[in-house]
Amino acid sequence: MVSERILNILTDSFWKILLPGLAMTIPLTVISFFFALIIAVITAMVQFADIKVLKPLARFYIWVIRGTPILVQLYVIFYGLPSIGIVLPAFPSAVLVFSINEGAYGAETMRAALESVPRGQIEAGYCVGMSWWQIMERIVLPQAFRTAFPPLSNSLIGLMKETSLASNITVMEMLMSTQKIIARTYEPLALYIEVGVIYLMFSTILTKLQSIGEKKLNSYGYQKG
Amino acid sequence: MLEIRNIQKSFDGMQVLKGVDIDVEKGDVVAILGPSGSGKTTLLRCINFLEQADGGSMTFDGETFEFSRISKKDIARIRKKTSFVFQNYNLFRNKTALQNVTEGLIVARKIPKDQAEKIGRRMLDKVGLSDRYSHYPHQLSGGQQQRVAIARAMATDPEIIFFDEPTSALDPELIGEVLAAMRQLAEEGMTMLVVTHEVNFARNVSSKVVFMENGRVVEAASSRDFFYNPREERTKTFLKTITGEDAEK
Repeated sequence: MVSERILNILTDSFWKILLPGLAMTIPLTVISFFFALIIAVITAMVQFADIKVLKPLARFYIWVIRGTPILVQLYVIFYGLPSIGIVLPAFPSAVLVFSINEGAYGAETMRAALESVPRGQIEAGYCVGMSWWQIMERIVLPQAFRTAFPPLSNSLIGLMKETSLASNITVMEMLMSTQKIIARTYEPLALYIEVGVIYLMFSTILTKLQSIGEKKLNSYGYQKG
Repeated sequence: MLEIRNIQKSFDGMQVLKGVDIDVEKGDVVAILGPSGSGKTTLLRCINFLEQADGGSMTFDGETFEFSRISKKDIARIRKKTSFVFQNYNLFRNKTALQNVTEGLIVARKIPKDQAEKIGRRMLDKVGLSDRYSHYPHQLSGGQQQRVAIARAMATDPEIIFFDEPTSALDPELIGEVLAAMRQLAEEGMTMLVVTHEVNFARNVSSKVVFMENGRVVEAASSRDFFYNPREERTKTFLKTITGEDAEK
């Protein structure tokens, strides 16, 4: 059923899809996730510490970002902003949107994880003379990260797949590279399946990394509960 | 050394502390007894600023502070000279027994790590946990966790240690080991303020007893007077109930 022609196209295109995957999809995922984590931790801590002006600001940010489609956010930044004179290249635009978007979801994960650390340990920290920052850094955050690790890993895998949306703003990632090959060869079924398989490879590796990470964290000694 | 005057605290319009006075001299072991809901725990938490009291004052180490106006800096300063042992231990779950004890030394007091660990090991030895240095809290029994907490409280060489019902969360079989550690501490001359339900501890170890009910002090006396020569009718009723229970045992 699979003709030699299709086989040739598939083997020929494999590297042509994988390469932008390694050069675009992975960097886009990793860089965006890095910034998203920073945003998430700050946004979660602002809420956890109940800081007066910043807390409503954090809630507002989460409300807006979680309440609008990421595709709309991409369009606003890449196609919308130029009309008021702000022109960002495609890749930075994508990093910006994915960071801010993922940051809002990650903030909720982190907030829940921070709140899951029993309050008594914070009180104990004060009682041995530690400051709020010292307690956060040494007691609360390490435990919160342990709790947040599985859901954050999920988010990372989700983000990796979501970067395919960047094809809509001309980022030459895996999906867009595939579409270009399809335009040339007219084999959409085989090629879309192929790119799907490559995404699956990537997420399988990430899942594997997640379970290695979890094992490491457990052997580090402490567990929940 | 520690004087509490007219301390008051309300939660949602419910007055939990209605003007309580407490006096602790250096070397005293003061037991605060009283039925549940009498405000004992709230009192202790207010004294260490885990709750903010609405009114009253505190004299500690010759300095007087108003509870309603005390600055964060003063709170931090006072806390460095006190320790607190919680009902449910509140050990840092991401730290080993030894790290739990040394954390306050290394982080809050900037004592070099090797020196802090030496102190930490000595404290854990003292409470009988020399074979548990690198165990995490979840690997320890409740009694062991509470003894780590006591070691943590002693390590910073405080002027007073507050105990908030330190045996109430423990299995009956594990209470003894914690009380023994506290008794040893008392014999070494540590100043202690202990909220407890352990009447025998109050009778045998403490030097003073404060009996509270409904947010007030009913009777404050030396341990001997409290148990063998009580003034207040309420105290007598309380002691009768207690000894009635003791007789059954």
